[in-house]
Amino acid sequence: MIFGIDYTTWWFLVFGGVISGYAILDGFDLGAGAMHLFLKKEESRRIALNAIGPVWDGNEVWLVIGGGALFAGFPVAYAAIFSAFYVPFMIFIVGLIYRGVAIEFRSKETGRIWRASWDFVYFFSCTVVTLSLGLMLGNVALGIPLDTNHEFAGNWLDFFNPFSILVAITTLALFMMHGAIFLTMKTEGRLFTKTTLLARNFTIFFVIAFTLNSLYTLLYIPHLSDRIRSNPQFFILPVIMVLAVANIPRQLTKGYYRAAFVSSAITIATLLITVAVEVFPYLVFAPNNPANSITISNGASSEKTMGLLLTIALLGTPLVATYTAFVFWTFKGKVKLDETSY
Amino acid sequence: MDTEVLARIQFAFTIAFHYIYPPMSIGLGLILVIMEGMYLRTGKKLYEDMTRFWIKIFALIFGIGVATGIVMEFEFGTNWATYSKYVGDIFGSALAAEGIFAFALESGFLGVLLFGWNRVSPPVHFFSTVMVWLGSMFSAVWIVIANSWQQTPAGYRIVGEGLNARAEITDFWAMIFNPSSIDRLWHVWIGAFLAGAFLVLSVNAWYILKKKHLEIAKPAFKIALVVAVCSSLAQLFTGHHSANGISVHQPAKLAAFEGHYDSLAVADMYIFGWVDQKTQKVSGVSIPGGLTFLLYQDFKTPVRGLNSFPEADRPKQVNAVFQFYHIMVSIGMALIALSLFAAWQWRRGKLFEKRWLMWVFVWAVLLPQIANQVGWFSAEMGRQPWVVYGLLRTSDAFSRVVTANQILFSLVLFTVVYTVLLILFLYLMTKKIQHGPDHSAHDEEANSRRDNPLMDQI
Ligand code: HDD
Ligand code: HEM
Ligand code: HEM
Repeated sequence: MIFGIDYTTWWFLVFGGVISGYAILDGFDLGAGAMHLFLKKEESRRIALNAIGPVWDGNEVWLVIGGGALFAGFPVAYAAIFSAFYVPFMIFIVGLIYRGVAIEFRSKETGRIWRASWDFVYFFSCTVVTLSLGLMLGNVALGIPLDTNHEFAGNWLDFFNPFSILVAITTLALFMMHGAIFLTMKTEGRLFTKTTLLARNFTIFFVIAFTLNSLYTLLYIPHLSDRIRSNPQFFILPVIMVLAVANIPRQLTKGYYRAAFVSSAITIATLLITVAVEVFPYLVFAPNNPANSITISNGASSEKTMGLLLTIALLGTPLVATYTAFVFWTFKGKVKLDETSY
Repeated sequence: MDTEVLARIQFAFTIAFHYIYPPMSIGLGLILVIMEGMYLRTGKKLYEDMTRFWIKIFALIFGIGVATGIVMEFEFGTNWATYSKYVGDIFGSALAAEGIFAFALESGFLGVLLFGWNRVSPPVHFFSTVMVWLGSMFSAVWIVIANSWQQTPAGYRIVGEGLNARAEITDFWAMIFNPSSIDRLWHVWIGAFLAGAFLVLSVNAWYILKKKHLEIAKPAFKIALVVAVCSSLAQLFTGHHSANGISVHQPAKLAAFEGHYDSLAVADMYIFGWVDQKTQKVSGVSIPGGLTFLLYQDFKTPVRGLNSFPEADRPKQVNAVFQFYHIMVSIGMALIALSLFAAWQWRRGKLFEKRWLMWVFVWAVLLPQIANQVGWFSAEMGRQPWVVYGLLRTSDAFSRVVTANQILFSLVLFTVVYTVLLILFLYLMTKKIQHGPDHSAHDEEANSRRDNPLMDQI
């Protein structure tokens, strides 16, 4: 117990924090990639790539840490989720592989076809990664059928249900908005004007997708908003989110692109917190038989491991924060191409 | 084919492909630290060009290492769900620690290493290089500890039964320092140094043969040769230590390494040979009593043979394990001979004159790679039929909900993806190597393009 909250709940919070960190950080990399083909000129594309060049790998590590955090703290959920999402997850992984190598390989040759092909691979893999991430998130929010051993008892084709597909599209819109705003911080001149414009359009795209998504939830899956409706204090979450989204075009118009970026980061965080509030204390809800669900207590590691993990997190987080800050600070400001660039 | 076999093939394939890159990253990281350190000390441009050239190669290798590593992180959950539940308490903590302490370190500073040359001061850049290298060293620490725990479990207790049984940590330090982790960590690190050193040796030997970039190739060759001499000698010791440990903790594995079916008072050690699994006989060239002597320094202590273990508890593919193990040891000996011979020629001042020697070095890059692969294969196959030695059988460990077809799908997918990656990697490597280091000024003593790093502080 720390501050009256038990270890397991703390670890759930840590895990949630890591996943939000991943969504915020890699979210802008993936978003910038998904809008890559909107940039037409070779120079613009290079600037966009070099904007994320020094940081994307560090951002991706948040996913690795998240995977480790789930494995260590909630091995039952780790085993159930990844074996259930076998096919979408493999596609996700292959997407991540190609995202990484496309960034790395593109600059190694100057031929037009070479570059155009990698541009396409890059755009495509980022889009696929984002969509599959959204699809899996949607299904986790809905719950997946489990048997008494907490193992998947459904058919993977059911993952392609309307709700989850809507979540996938919303995620894509969200990341594209986030990525475009990130690029406004990194670009100058005409490219800057273009990314600002794109950022505004993607914000509209996101608002539409999100509204559809919310309507669908309220109409067809009412239980997903039970907790918020019965605990009015949680209404603060959607309110914050709406304010944050509304703030984005305002800040962009004024040219405060850093404030716009913070707003879209807050949007991502509140969205994930809302999902977490709705599903807690379930990690994986089993709609076929709620007794088979994996909760943060029946899916957790031993108390001793939890204590150990919290110690590791306590030691590690300040370190990671320090050098992440150092790297972002080193590459702050507008992108300048030099001989080390992609 | 059944799910278990497919899951094993897939794991072996993806980890073996991943393990092509990490050893080169770790080893090259060390050599980059040396090169850039020399640049900082001397301020000579030749070291700057050398460092910057190898940073580019490093980026390529590291990139694929990262891309293929992500697969591994999640494969435990996708393919080995039962195993994940069983060891989550223990394995998971090591993996989480690896993410936070190691990967975040190396990937964070990687950005500065690759793109920071003109943005940060030379000492800060050097610091970043050191951090990337340390990060990769730490990642080996955690993953090897996790794997060693599987080989020689310690500091745990088992709770629950049947499908819900799992291991829980009782003693953190006993788990970390389980009987095999330190020996194997050194062995893996040094195997990685050898992979890095022989990569640098190979490329520079080729430049020397082609008489290109000589003013950079020769000193770089010497730096790598020093690393190679030290590492190849050290590898013999760490390997021997590992073997001693195995004789205590995993005797069935040792028996498989040497193909001994009967427990013998005086066990021979084979230089090479062939195990006939039916007649349980080994034919080949051996040192009489060699194994007993290496383990116990006498000729009378008996060594347990495979037949003293129940059929179900010992590895089946004895000949494969035997061959993999002996290939590794032979390569280890060959590397020692090669690097010592080259060092001797260096002393005589004839190192770069022997063209045949340079050709040997060009191809020797493959040797540590092969040794690293077969080393893991012998360690992992020798552990069979257990995933967690003595506790959990491989046949109980895979994901029951995943069908054979799904695994087949992903196996085909990865085969295609990895083949493409390998071809592109080799193509781009060759191109980079043919292009060679950039050098703007030809005057060897010329100062760096950057302001001379440490000089203005003196
Ligand atoms: C001896 C060392 C070693 C071994 C046995 C392994 N790895 Fe590895 N891995 C590394 C050494 C390494 C490395 C040197 O840290 C990386 C970073 C760049 C590279 O080339 O390899 C790497 C990259 C890497 C990454 C990407 C990290 C990033 O984004 O920076 C992941 C997720 C893993 N690995 C996971 C694994 C798993 C789950 C393994 C076991 C099954 C494994 N590795 C075996
Ligand atoms: C260090 C982290 C590692 C862990 C946790 C690990 C764990 C495992 C697991 C769970 C399996 C599947 C079950 C089995 O067949 O026993 C396996 C098999 C295997 N691993 Fe490892 N492994 C690791 C590293 C490696 C490396 C680096 C290699 C070599 C390149 C390797 C080579 C193999 C091979 C060849 C098999 C298949 C053996 C067989 O099925 O007979 N492993 N390992
Ligand atoms: C010189 C003689 C060598 C000896 C006596 C030796 C001995 C051993 C032994 C006994 C193991 C099994 C350890 C275990 O299962 O716990 C092993 C594994 C291994 N060896 Fe070697 N080895 C030698 C050379 C090499 C060389 C030159 C390399 C690579 C460049 C190498 C790379 C590996 C690797 C990667 C493993 C698997 C990881 C491990 O289990 O430690 N070995 N070696």
